[in-house]
Amino acid sequence: MTKEMVCILCPNSCNLIVTQSDKNPDGLKVENALCPKGKEYAHNELFNPKRTIASSILVEEGELPLVSVKIDKPIPKSKIFEVMKEIKKAKVKAPVKIGDILIKNVAGTDANVIATKSVDKI
Amino acid sequence: MTEKDVVIIGAGPAGLACATRLKEIGVNDVLLIEREKKLGGILNQCIHDGFGLHKFKETLTGPEYIERYLQKLINYKVEVLSDTMVVNLFPDKSMILSGPWGREKIKAKAVVLAMGCRERTAGAIWLAGSRPAGVYTAGVAQRLMNIDNYMIGNEVVILGSGDVGLIMARRLTLEGARVLMVLEKLPYSSGLPRNISQCLNDYDIPLYLKTTVTRIHGKARIEGVTYVSLDDEGKPIPGSERFIRCDTLLLSVGLIPENELSREAGVAIHPVTGGPIVNDTYQTNIEGVFAAGNVLHVHDLADWASMEGELVADFAKRYLEGSLPQTQNWIEVKAGEGIRYVLPQRISGKIDVNLLFRVSFPARNKHIVIKDKDRIIKRKRVINPHPAIMENIEVKRDELKGVQSLEVMIE
Ligand code: SF4
Repeated sequence: MTKEMVCILCPNSCNLIVTQSDKNPDGLKVENALCPKGKEYAHNELFNPKRTIASSILVEEGELPLVSVKIDKPIPKSKIFEVMKEIKKAKVKAPVKIGDILIKNVAGTDANVIATKSVDKI
Repeated sequence: MTEKDVVIIGAGPAGLACATRLKEIGVNDVLLIEREKKLGGILNQCIHDGFGLHKFKETLTGPEYIERYLQKLINYKVEVLSDTMVVNLFPDKSMILSGPWGREKIKAKAVVLAMGCRERTAGAIWLAGSRPAGVYTAGVAQRLMNIDNYMIGNEVVILGSGDVGLIMARRLTLEGARVLMVLEKLPYSSGLPRNISQCLNDYDIPLYLKTTVTRIHGKARIEGVTYVSLDDEGKPIPGSERFIRCDTLLLSVGLIPENELSREAGVAIHPVTGGPIVNDTYQTNIEGVFAAGNVLHVHDLADWASMEGELVADFAKRYLEGSLPQTQNWIEVKAGEGIRYVLPQRISGKIDVNLLFRVSFPARNKHIVIKDKDRIIKRKRVINPHPAIMENIEVKRDELKGVQSLEVMIE
């Protein structure tokens, strides 16, 4: 089976051509990748697709109403909306510092939600 | 009147990188001016990740990317004026500033233009119908959602497939809105392929190519749009009109370098890039006025804008020392077959140059050829040339010996 996919790991956006053979389903042939990460991406994409997400969390008494956040490691694609639900429920008090862990082990994914900017108290 | 060695206008990724680099190479009399209260420019609202892979070898969100530079700025004690507008810029490199403290005229030996770009709006493209609430440019929507905590709508149509629009499609979906469709009038998307994949395909948001909006419906608030398929010439196909109900329309129809100030000072602007015409030292037609980042041409990555800022810092230093290459015979660089633009537009031939260009159409397995009349100077294979991806070819000083003109083309 041959599939085309775009590697999203860097802006090169390599157009990967991925061939899966029936005899050895784990052994993928990956063409068109400009770097070795492309093969790893293709493998994950077929067997366990993962994503990182970024969003924001409400801040009380901050100079800004929101602090931008991200998760500190990729999570299974199927968990994205569960993680978003927890992020939306969360509220923190200013000051927040860049790198602060705001939610630990979010939605049981083992990833943490961390602040990506600092928000001072007003 | 205060006189500075270098004044940088704009503290986004290009301006910040230029200011810190100048300090690193020993130019100390530097002033960085920013019109917003916070430094960082557009990256403050770009909370998604994917920045910094080239500059910092890791993937950062926009705010994290800025933070790296802000730390340096503090360590190097760069003089910064934020919340300050440059109201006028004059050809003698004097300028009038306006800030909370009042107005002041200052002068610079060298000026670096780093004002970035702005969005095309609905007025700039042709759109019939009323102008109800609920129509936003993608960047304004991004600011409202990511900085001001304002949800812009529930049922969204996005016109134009630029990167900001694609990023917003994902952002809106994660926040619980339904993005109904993305419409693109061209036969290909103008966004990076990775963004089509991770922002649209991941969330099953359809992208309709050769399709555009012809009418906005609704009085107080938008109630829907009429969209239509386009033929190969870009003309609406009769009978293909359809209506879709929505409460929000986002426009992601392109970015334009912000050059009001430059124009006023007499800087010559290129008709295709929308930015200043520069030589291989990134100097404009006004001696000592340089340009870097999105004000020069719209970049696809913040990293490239920053690297351009650093490059310009080196040239500004050499300008102050009087050691920039001099010539009477500039070599004109032309965008040939299949190339939308090339930068810089003229070169001295006395230093190595990294030619930056964009192709006009997506293709596969092509060669980029650089020629002097019929003589081939350089050839490079590109696997997936795409207008959304900036390409580059380095040409060494030795390869430019005896060259009269340069043309970049696709084969
Ligand atoms: S294969 Fe390597 S170079 Fe290509 S997009 Fe993926 S990470 Fe980037």
